[in-house]
Amino acid sequence: MSASASPIDAHPSASTPIHGLGRMVVDSIVVLGDLFTFGWTLCGWLLIRLPRARVLWPILYEVGVRSVPVVCVTGLFIGMVLAVQTYDTLKQMHFESQIGSVINGTLVKELGPVLAAVMLAGRVGSAIAAQIGTMKVSEQIDALSALGADPVAFLVVPRFLACFLMIPALTMVAEGVGIFGGWFVSTQIYGVSSHLFWTYSDRFVTAFDVITGVFKSMSFGAAIAIIACHRGFRCGSGAEGVGRAATEAFVASFVAILALDFVLALLSIHLLKLLWALGIPVT
Amino acid sequence: MTTTLNRKTESVPRSFPAAVPAVTAELSNVSHSFGHQPVLRNISLQVCRGETLVLIGESGCGKSVTTKLLAGLLQPTSGDVLWEGRPVRSRNSTEMRRDRLRLGYLFQGAALFDSMNVFENIAFGLRENTKMPESQIREIVFDRLREVGLVDSVGDKRPSDLSGGMKKRVGLARALAMSPDIMFYDEPTTGLDPIMSGVINELILQTQMRRQVTSIVVTHDMTTVRRVADRVVMLYPLGKLASEEPQIVFEGSCHEAFATEDVRVARFVRGSTSTQLTE
Repeated sequence: MSASASPIDAHPSASTPIHGLGRMVVDSIVVLGDLFTFGWTLCGWLLIRLPRARVLWPILYEVGVRSVPVVCVTGLFIGMVLAVQTYDTLKQMHFESQIGSVINGTLVKELGPVLAAVMLAGRVGSAIAAQIGTMKVSEQIDALSALGADPVAFLVVPRFLACFLMIPALTMVAEGVGIFGGWFVSTQIYGVSSHLFWTYSDRFVTAFDVITGVFKSMSFGAAIAIIACHRGFRCGSGAEGVGRAATEAFVASFVAILALDFVLALLSIHLLKLLWALGIPVT
Repeated sequence: MTTTLNRKTESVPRSFPAAVPAVTAELSNVSHSFGHQPVLRNISLQVCRGETLVLIGESGCGKSVTTKLLAGLLQPTSGDVLWEGRPVRSRNSTEMRRDRLRLGYLFQGAALFDSMNVFENIAFGLRENTKMPESQIREIVFDRLREVGLVDSVGDKRPSDLSGGMKKRVGLARALAMSPDIMFYDEPTTGLDPIMSGVINELILQTQMRRQVTSIVVTHDMTTVRRVADRVVMLYPLGKLASEEPQIVFEGSCHEAFATEDVRVARFVRGSTSTQLTE
């Protein structure tokens, strides 16, 4: 809460754009450092003490089960839109029978994990930040400390575990429903053979794609939980502070999802090449 | 600055072991800032075993911050907080957790956990920190509810279903569940009607008499000051002080607080608004 004056603040008259930029950079580094320290504290508690079932189950239900409808609806429409957008292009090249490989490959490798993560960030991440922020504003976090409970252990660990453990399931649901939506449009509306749809899907989507997709989603879930809880704990005062924390949680989570997606996509391609070079089958 | 004999401690004999230090909590040259906003400057304050210390002062003068520092809920920017003569920062996390359980804290808005009902709120500390069987926890929870004048059926209600006065009572029951040695009351009567304020004041007194706890009360309510105080300390906002002036502008008995000629204290205790309207 307290912070020592930064070198830039030592010059109160400094108000040029360069000083403003410098202040922004320093502030960003301070926030990132604080975020990593927060994540480190969380890791410590994950090793020391896992939450009680009475605390964890309701959060698992809230994060996992109650996210299923929104993930299903968005997954279904994304799958159908993918079919609509790719069919004409593939038809021009007489490759329309291979539409299953495009839809399923895209959903399993990229859109499924990212879509489930964005839905989780919007529905759960913002709610976590607002909930913890409200607890901070109303002194409930101080009350936890006063009653001998560590706020990180009691509030952050179960939310982290819920996001980390439930997002692979939500990703699978998004992918499954999206694939169904793509199959429905391709076969029932555009008349692509169902047999060819699944044959090409099977040929182009490998076990490696599924595993990397699940791994990606777990990374996204961890990032969403840490960012949302951190924003909640650092929430400003009043309703405005809580609102800002919820917004910041979503925006920061969204940026983190996209950045992580890029890094993990690069890593997975290099890993795939390495596995090929070592002769390890990945299909 | 830290006179401790007063009418209440003189009239009610205490029976504490001789080895236990008389000062239970202490701020030693403590300053605290939020970012670049200083709130407390070089405060030294001792709280003695068994006394009821009342902190008064204008809104924003740092009363709640002072109690949170004394309770170890905030770390001072500089200076030391001591519990029974030992700096809080020298305790490891296990010691800190153990020692903190000797403190009970009634927060300004009661700070009841929204996600739990009243029973779970009161049982929280016991469930988190002890291995008591559920039947014993149940017994303690209902005992505490009755101690603050509430019936057992309140245990099933959610905090959102309670009135302000009931929330304060439940907050007090929760704070008392761990049988603390020191009780902190942060504005216990704020927002309550005069009758409920009187009830809360009586509960503070009853808790003091029954349990012989040390109490630190933050309040603006002069009725509370008159009713419960052994010693009164008044803080003044830093923004209204010159750089060399001490932030504690009054320390003494309740009677002295109402009789003082210091205009800053007199204006506050008598509720004078003559200059405040233009600020």
